Amino acid sequence: MRREPPQTVGDYTPLLFPAAMLTIFFVVPFGTMIAVSFFQRQQGGFYTPAFVFDNYARFLTAFFGGVLGFSLMMAIAVAICCVVLALPFTYMLTRMARSVQVVWLVALLSVLSLSEVIIGFAWSTLFSRTAGITNILVALGLMGEAKALTPSFAAVLTGMVYQAFPYTVLVLFPALVRLDPTLTEAARTLGASPLKAFFTVVVPALRNTIVATLIMVFIFALGSYLLPQLLGRPQHWTLSVLITDQAIYQSNMPFAAAMAVFLVLVTLGLVALTVIAGRKGEAA
Amino acid sequence: MSGLALQNVVKEFGSFRAVNNVELTVPHGTFVCMLGPSGCGKTTLLRMIAGLDLPTGGAIRLDGEDITHVPTHKRNLGMVFQSLALFPHLTVGENIAYPLRIRKAPKEDQKRRVEELLSMIHLSGYADRPVSKLSGGQRQRVAIARALAISPKLFLLDEPLSALDAKLREAMQVELRQLQQRLGITTIVVTHDQREAMTMADTVVVMNGGEIRQAASPIEIYRRPADSFVADFIGQTNLIEAEADTQGHVSVLGQSVPGLALPSGEAKATLSIRPEDVHLTAPGAGAISGTVTFVRDLGGTIETFVDVAGRQIVAVSTPRERPDVTVGQQVGVALTPDVCVVLRK
Repeated sequence: MRREPPQTVGDYTPLLFPAAMLTIFFVVPFGTMIAVSFFQRQQGGFYTPAFVFDNYARFLTAFFGGVLGFSLMMAIAVAICCVVLALPFTYMLTRMARSVQVVWLVALLSVLSLSEVIIGFAWSTLFSRTAGITNILVALGLMGEAKALTPSFAAVLTGMVYQAFPYTVLVLFPALVRLDPTLTEAARTLGASPLKAFFTVVVPALRNTIVATLIMVFIFALGSYLLPQLLGRPQHWTLSVLITDQAIYQSNMPFAAAMAVFLVLVTLGLVALTVIAGRKGEAA
Repeated sequence: MSGLALQNVVKEFGSFRAVNNVELTVPHGTFVCMLGPSGCGKTTLLRMIAGLDLPTGGAIRLDGEDITHVPTHKRNLGMVFQSLALFPHLTVGENIAYPLRIRKAPKEDQKRRVEELLSMIHLSGYADRPVSKLSGGQRQRVAIARALAISPKLFLLDEPLSALDAKLREAMQVELRQLQQRLGITTIVVTHDQREAMTMADTVVVMNGGEIRQAASPIEIYRRPADSFVADFIGQTNLIEAEADTQGHVSVLGQSVPGLALPSGEAKATLSIRPEDVHLTAPGAGAISGTVTFVRDLGGTIETFVDVAGRQIVAVSTPRERPDVTVGQQVGVALTPDVCVVLRK
């Protein structure tokens, strides 16, 4: 069936509702935030409308630059860890019996139902000295004495990977199910070991899906602000934590808004770069 | 000995026996077609030869060496899948070079071999095209070239031509057979199309219910089928019950047929008579009599349906030898010993 492009104004009516929702709940707040980011802060109070670049200028210090860099690095690390773990896992899962798949998918979905707070406190208990997993290692004789694993960067990374892993699997699952299983069999008959077949056939054939998943997990991880506080030290705090801090505890809305706008711009820039790089790779 | 040998190969899926005690030797350089209805175990057998499935019992030997437990990627074979399984992220040339790249062949050798194979399949100059831009027949040939890239000891094809339209399929059958003869490579093709098997094979292996019913040359399978399944599966045939009395006089459908004999000691057997062997004569005189019920004139051939004691016998003749019969006419069906194949029960 060939779809005709809309002819009259009336043809656009189905778009009205989503357009209105998007305007009211996204465009307007985002516009307000951009406007506020240029406002003048009133010491000890709120802000007055103005057009100054002070908030952005303050942002361009080594400290905030460092935090931004750390946030991006953290989100990239989470994205890579998630995809590296989830891709082989999901590949195996799609080759299992239907009943096994259902059990795993239900388990993963139930992880999704956990709130970030519960995940954070659960991991901080698991990483604690008194009740944590190191006690098991001690009991097994693998470790001298129990110790706390949190706060640390590894603890933050673990918590965030744990949180993002189900999303990653659910995004990869349909693409892997659709992947023709005879592709890997063909690779094996042509002389590739199962591992080699995975890396020379499954991974390249799913390149676009993998890039899309990386971007999704990256953006998901960039917004996390609870887990870094629960499981990390102040130097592991992401930009989102600082934004919350400025907006709520320091009552510095204009600066918080400026940071948020900057974060959005950097994120969009990175995503655009990835997409362009992907296109180039495709053309080659 | 050189070639492939299957010894007592068994494959069970749970309690279902998909392949039952298969014994087969394929001498080096022969073209074998495994033929049978769907679910007869032919694809499972091929997958075991490829190492994609492990046999439950028995052994598979290649050139005298037991390869039953050798993993697929170490068997050095070429296989063409029903879905072709061309790698969508690679170009035509990269697809063909894949087995060479995996074996870390030098770049120049890979390039030369790809050129060689492309010219063999009449697709020179297509190396840089994406596989998605090819037609069905071209993709087919690329899959064949990729499987032959390393000059494998064994060339396996699983229903390779089933996705092509009838005309292209016939052309590819001839092409594949000529290619195999030129390369002298041991080839096993799984198919459910008996025309395909007759066109290409040195040996046709007819399977049913996980067992080999007959393995012989196409013409022998056709002329001397081992049992009624084979006779019925390969081409058209008339299967008629025959009975022998204590003196050895044979009667068919209640009418005695002098000159015909059943294997000694057998009281009952099935006769297979190909429609083109059925000769219609005047009633009586060494023929069983029946009534013509329908004449189908297809131009190239004429099929005459004769009812004998409730059983339908089909005769096929060319326009040149067109029988002069009309519907309702009494005719005789000549059953001479040279056209009747007696099948074991």
